[in-house]
Amino acid sequence: MAHDTLQPDRVTSEGPLARGLLIATSLLFLLLILAMPLLAVFSEALRKGLPAFLDALKDEETFAAIRLTLLVAGISVPLNLVFGVAAAWTIAKFEFRGKAILSTLIDLPFSVSPVISGLVFVMLFGAQGYFGPLLASYGLQIIFAVPGLVLATIFVTFPFVARELIPLMQEQGNADEEAALSLGASGWQTFWHVTLPNIKWGLLYGVLLCNARAMGEFGAVSVVSGHIRGQTNTMPLQVEILYNEFNFMAAFAVAALLALLALVTLVLKSLLEYRFSAEIAASRRH
Amino acid sequence: MTLTSSKGWQFRQPSVLPGFRWTLGFTLVWLTLIVLVPLTGLFLKSSTLGWDAFWTLALEKRTLQALKISFGTAFLAALANVVFGTLLAWVLVRYRFPGKRIIDAMVDLPFALPTAVAGIALTTLYASKGWIGSLFAPLGIKIAFTPLGIVIALVFVGLPFVVRTVQPVLEELDREVEEAAATLGANRFQTIFRVLLPGLAPAVLTGFSLAFARGVGEYGSVIFIAGNVPFKSEIAPLLIVIKLEEFNYPAATAIAAVMLLLSFGLLFVINLIQAWSRRRYGYGA
Amino acid sequence: MDVKVQNIRKEFARFPALNDVSLDIRSGELIALLGPSGSGKTTLLRLIAGLETPTDGRIFFGEDDASKKTVQERNIGFVFQHYALFRHMTVLDNIGFGLKVRPKNRRPAKAEIRRRALELLDLVQLSGMENRYPNQLSGGQRQRVALARAMAVEPNVLLLDEPFGALDAQVRKDLRKWLRDIHDRTGHTTIFVTHDQEEALELADRVVVMSQGKIEQVGTPDEVYDTPNSPFVFGFIGESNGLKVTADHGGIRFNGKPLNMAAAPDKHGEALLYFRPQDIELIESGEDGLTGSVIATRRVAGTRHVELDLGSGTHVELEISTEQAARIDRNRVTFRPTRWKLFPV
Repeated sequence: MAHDTLQPDRVTSEGPLARGLLIATSLLFLLLILAMPLLAVFSEALRKGLPAFLDALKDEETFAAIRLTLLVAGISVPLNLVFGVAAAWTIAKFEFRGKAILSTLIDLPFSVSPVISGLVFVMLFGAQGYFGPLLASYGLQIIFAVPGLVLATIFVTFPFVARELIPLMQEQGNADEEAALSLGASGWQTFWHVTLPNIKWGLLYGVLLCNARAMGEFGAVSVVSGHIRGQTNTMPLQVEILYNEFNFMAAFAVAALLALLALVTLVLKSLLEYRFSAEIAASRRH
Repeated sequence: MTLTSSKGWQFRQPSVLPGFRWTLGFTLVWLTLIVLVPLTGLFLKSSTLGWDAFWTLALEKRTLQALKISFGTAFLAALANVVFGTLLAWVLVRYRFPGKRIIDAMVDLPFALPTAVAGIALTTLYASKGWIGSLFAPLGIKIAFTPLGIVIALVFVGLPFVVRTVQPVLEELDREVEEAAATLGANRFQTIFRVLLPGLAPAVLTGFSLAFARGVGEYGSVIFIAGNVPFKSEIAPLLIVIKLEEFNYPAATAIAAVMLLLSFGLLFVINLIQAWSRRRYGYGA
Repeated sequence: MDVKVQNIRKEFARFPALNDVSLDIRSGELIALLGPSGSGKTTLLRLIAGLETPTDGRIFFGEDDASKKTVQERNIGFVFQHYALFRHMTVLDNIGFGLKVRPKNRRPAKAEIRRRALELLDLVQLSGMENRYPNQLSGGQRQRVALARAMAVEPNVLLLDEPFGALDAQVRKDLRKWLRDIHDRTGHTTIFVTHDQEEALELADRVVVMSQGKIEQVGTPDEVYDTPNSPFVFGFIGESNGLKVTADHGGIRFNGKPLNMAAAPDKHGEALLYFRPQDIELIESGEDGLTGSVIATRRVAGTRHVELDLGSGTHVELEISTEQAARIDRNRVTFRPTRWKLFPV
């Protein structure tokens, strides 16, 4: 009964040599594959010092790219949040026919290449697409414009919030909501005062991941953007353009901003996992 | 509200919770608009090409080669991730060492770091003048701008998929099972290779498939490091983009349709394996 | 094989789990380690298995000092509480595992391993299930596979940790009889851990009662039930009442009143009197004995339990026949223990 957790158990662990070797191997692998690229971004961006780095960012097109990235994420993340909560409510709280299929369909965008995620909207709304001529006759442009970027981003980040919430809400069950209803709460009151507080950390976690992907998406937006400078270039696209023009300094400067965003995301994510492990564990297991 | 049909076929089990109609309706509409209609549109578009034209485009030499490179490099990268990802998961679950929490958080970096950023960073590192590339250049090994570079980028992208599927399964593994093997006379090596790793197989397989599927479709991190030489290091997603830029929509559609079919086929196989594993062993991943 | 535990001490992070425990187990015996959780019974079992290393002391298998051997070398059979079956192996592969992992020179041929595994499967009455996976078995069936797997290595000693703990009541009773039967047929020295006294008393040749890292008493089921040698054993096995009394000049008094019960003449001062609820006689209210007011009576199967307040906050419970119950005073009852034991405070 009394299992000692402090002293390593000889029976179910390796010798110190094997252990050291395994740790060293995996750390070396991580260094080569994960850590060095991250370091390289910052080292290239700061190669000529901080002032040069800031100078490289001071560019009207870069500012436009940052604004556009914020705008696209600002539209698509909230939309996916609302969708994610609704989908999770339906799937986690009710038993109905076709639930498994619905669940699989929601995950579908994960297995679609980003390039194809962009392509499908070109096929719908582009000049050669189904609705292209119709839209053009009304003077509406979706492809090579902001709406296309938003659509592609929503597609790519579609499953994030729902994926996080469904297992969490399934694990929590319906008892809390049933109790609230039995006490006379309305449906909305039940949701606001019972369900939402229960899922808030899992929701935040999902939104965080959704946002990171929305701001960083490259392939899908690249296809629908048309790369019009100062108008349809998001930050990742701006990185590509600067890099292809051999303006490495500026390319890595913008990349460093994106890498910072990734680091902030990771830190917040770890904090959430650490503080609210029980609530998030449910979704990490799936 | 009950959606029952006349013959007792019940669409859903009754529940006192409200909002089913609204949330299901909204979910279905949103799913249809954002995901189903665009994907169906693509397949419809490719079907208007006609059977012969479609296959002529899909089986064009350059396309076949690009698909081969995409699937081949993704397979190798997923394989590498199976080895190192499982090892990493093992080390993170079983051992204690300084900085473990940071390492654990780092594993998710590929999820958070934009692929374009990863792409230019890896290219800089693994180019023959880069920090790592310069170590291999004297040995005559070129990494960046070769298929090997593609594999490196896909290893980066796929790593967390393997670690994050294997890790929780490993955490929940009962120590009693290892003790049981020991009491039966198995040494540590036998316990690991005959009891633990076979037990992890479903999770590892899932991780492999996820990393593989992601690798096949990956674009951003690959195009910088690949060199993009047709027939040598040109991946299928890039070929789609090239065809698009040439306004060759039929070709782009055909390649995309083939890729989608392959990916969905893969997804289907994964689900089958999972279901089989769950039925037989009582666990999947 | 004989198992000898010699002055074993085990500390977990400076907290003692076992304190100077010694125990002799004879070859072929079926022994129960009985105690509440935290008594150290599982730790003792794991130490014998070699799953834990003692802080001090030694363990002998026959003449061999087993404490110098690893768990793999000890050749024991261990049945885990949750069976720990290998989920990715069939029943047959599970049972044959211990033979398959032997070094080449001691490993039986494949056909022989299969034959022995099938034989054991037959012994545990699971013939025909050899190709099932653990997931496809019921709890009781898994338990039997785990036992067959442990016996396949022809162990020096068979160790079972709460073997029936995870099963429901009916299966538990069936398996108990069945385990006794298997033991009688195979003759393995067997040690099992349980917190269920009924299980220990029914199944074991001898019971080792443990509490707080120490052995309280070792004896046959009759011995530990009829002549418990400590207040703990009295309280842990069966129902009992404990009273604070004084002993002087061979007599025993409660609250100053003599009870007309004889104590050893050399005992003086405060003592604890223990007796079982059924080991009493009802006497007339005038006679020397214990008198209390009735707080509650409960019907339990064929008897009636009467709860008495003896004054000064002391409560006891008596078990009397329903006929006696019909005759007693509803308010006050006088009685005297017929079998009892005095312990120092």
